[in-house]
Parts: sequence; C-alpha cells; structure tokens
Amino acid sequence: MAKVLVVTSGKGGVGKTTSTAALGVALAKGGKNVVLVDFDVGLRNLDLVMGAERRVVYDLINVVQGDAKLAQALIRDKRIPNLSMLPASQTRDKDALTDEGVARVIAELKERFDWIICDSPAGIERGATLAMRHADVAIVVTNPEVSSVRDSDRIIGLLDAKTERAERGEQIQKHLLLTRYDAARAERGEMLKVEDVLEILSIPLIGIVPESEEILRASNLGAPVTLAANPGAPARAYFDAARRLNGETIEMIMPNDRKGFFGKIFGRRAA
Amino acid sequence: MNLISFFRRPATAPIAKDRLKLLLAHERGAVGASNVIALLREEIVAVIAKHFPVEGDAIKVRMETGDVISTLEVEVEIPTQLCAEIKGAEKDKAATTLKVTASA
Repeated sequence: MAKVLVVTSGKGGVGKTTSTAALGVALAKGGKNVVLVDFDVGLRNLDLVMGAERRVVYDLINVVQGDAKLAQALIRDKRIPNLSMLPASQTRDKDALTDEGVARVIAELKERFDWIICDSPAGIERGATLAMRHADVAIVVTNPEVSSVRDSDRIIGLLDAKTERAERGEQIQKHLLLTRYDAARAERGEMLKVEDVLEILSIPLIGIVPESEEILRASNLGAPVTLAANPGAPARAYFDAARRLNGETIEMIMPNDRKGFFGKIFGRRAA
Repeated sequence: MNLISFFRRPATAPIAKDRLKLLLAHERGAVGASNVIALLREEIVAVIAKHFPVEGDAIKVRMETGDVISTLEVEVEIPTQLCAEIKGAEKDKAATTLKVTASA
C-alpha cells in the first residue's frame, strides 16, 4: 500500500530538501520504490541536491496541466534504479498547481511507487498546504532554535486542519526530525535540547541529525549523505529514520560528535 | 566577575525554552479559540435577536489574552431609538452599548 509522506517545516533553510533527498535514498536502498516530488514551484532545488539538475525536461506543472505524461517527467536516479524524482517548475508560479491536478498526479504515483515523498516549500501558503494535502505521514523538520520551533508548531496545527486525512476526521502521523543538532552545545546550555523541543512540540521523534560538514559536502556534490559508501553520523540518522518510517523499532542514538582538543585540530584538516 | 564566569557563558537554552512555551501557549490559544469565538458570536446573536432586532455585525466578541487572566468581551450595539421604545429612556446617545466582560 503506497504511502504519501510530506517533509515540511514552516521555516526555510532548516533542511527539508536535504532530508527529503537523504531519506529518499535511504528508503530506496532499503528496497522500496520511491519517488521524490518537489513542490517548491519557482524555487526548485531538489534536482540540484539530487544531482539531476541537467536532466530536467518536464516538471510537475507540465504533468498537472496535461502537457506531459507522468512517465516523461519522472527522472530515474542513475545510481539507484528504484528511486525517481519529479521536479518542480522553475519558471511558473504556484498558482499553476490546481487541487484536482495535484490529486490526479498523486493518485497516479501511488500506483507505481511505495513511497511518495513530497518536498514542501517553506511558509504556510498554498504551496505548503498543497504539498501536505494528500499526506498519510508528515515529517516536521526542526532546528533546535526558537524561530524554527515556533514555525514547526504552526505547521503541526496546519497538518491537523488542512490535510485530506484531517478533514475526513482521520489521524495524520506526525514525526519530528531534529536537524543541525549539536549535542555538546546542548549539554552546555547553549542550544535547546532534544527533550526541550519534544516537550514543546509533543510529537514523536523520528531522528536526530547532527550538525555536520558532511551535509554541505553532499549538496556540493549532488549526492545525498545516504549514498556514501561509508555512512557518517548524519547518514546513519537518516537510515534509522527511514527504517522507523517502515514501522521498525530502533533505539534512538544520540549523535555525539564531541571531539577532543586534538580531534578538533586534526579532524578538521582530515575532513 | 571571576575568571570562571568570564570563560563560561551563561546558559541561554533554558531562557529560549521558557520564552517558547509562553509564546506558544498564547498562539495555540488564539488559533484554537477563534472557532469557539465564532461559535459564541453566532449563538449570542441568536439569543439577542429574540429580544432586539439587531444585525450580526452589531455584536463584537473579543478574546484578550493576559499574563494571568484572559478576558472575553462581548459588545452589543443597539440603536438608541429602539432601546428608548423598549425602556423609555436614554435619548441622548446615538447608540447604547451593552458590554459584558467575563474572565476566562
């Protein structure tokens, strides 16, 4: 049974696209048929983060408006055969997306894939509500920082009000993905702790992704962290989160990237 | 300030947590209450309309959120002429305001 997952946050720049890409690769590596759908019309970036920016011919809006067939617009990943993506349009604006058109595309994707992962634009406007509209599961990406937590709270309210499931009186599964976490700073009282964010937002935790140099490296290369041969701490967090999405129970590992004095000096040069 | 406190900056995360909790308690209340207020308004209009021929927009329902107590304010504007006919009083003012404030 296909599942629609929305990756959302309210605030921009917290790691929605990075997390969509990393989770998509992790789920596909686990054997699922996965498609990533970019809903950020006008500001598409999932193609770039996935390293497929030069392969975009047709996009979501072309399919919604009937100018292209779904199969023409889908870009199959060259590294993982059971992973595809549907890019957003870079030239149109989000008014070109209609409710019925999106519903039709999602229904068609559900016939072909196990997981449909919708990368939401920032904000609480139409683009964001369209991305979450058909979701069965939501991942709320949050940084341990006041403005991100506040916006996540707002998005959680929207998930409970504006999704199809909510309107039918059904539950939408909501998960918190804490990104850019620095355990050492949280320990020193300089950053909100995992427990603090959980207490405030009160939705279950699906993963803690540590602040890491690997993330920028991955987007520089257009290769999500979960593609690497030797997965580091962020990749492991995404792999575990992907398994939790599939219903597995795995112990939550606190990424403890604390390096000693020498580790800091020599570790940086080595990376 | 001694040497230790100079190097060890004060913890700011607890402040962030407290500020967020306070703020979100207000914001959630405001978002959640808006439906209740709309409902209250409809019901109040229905009750008052039984006795006075007032229009819907003559009734204002507001929720003011304070630190310790919040107030629910209901303001009903009734044309003075009407009021005078019923009560036989109050002819100077253009409109009579019936104001009810309740602590919530």
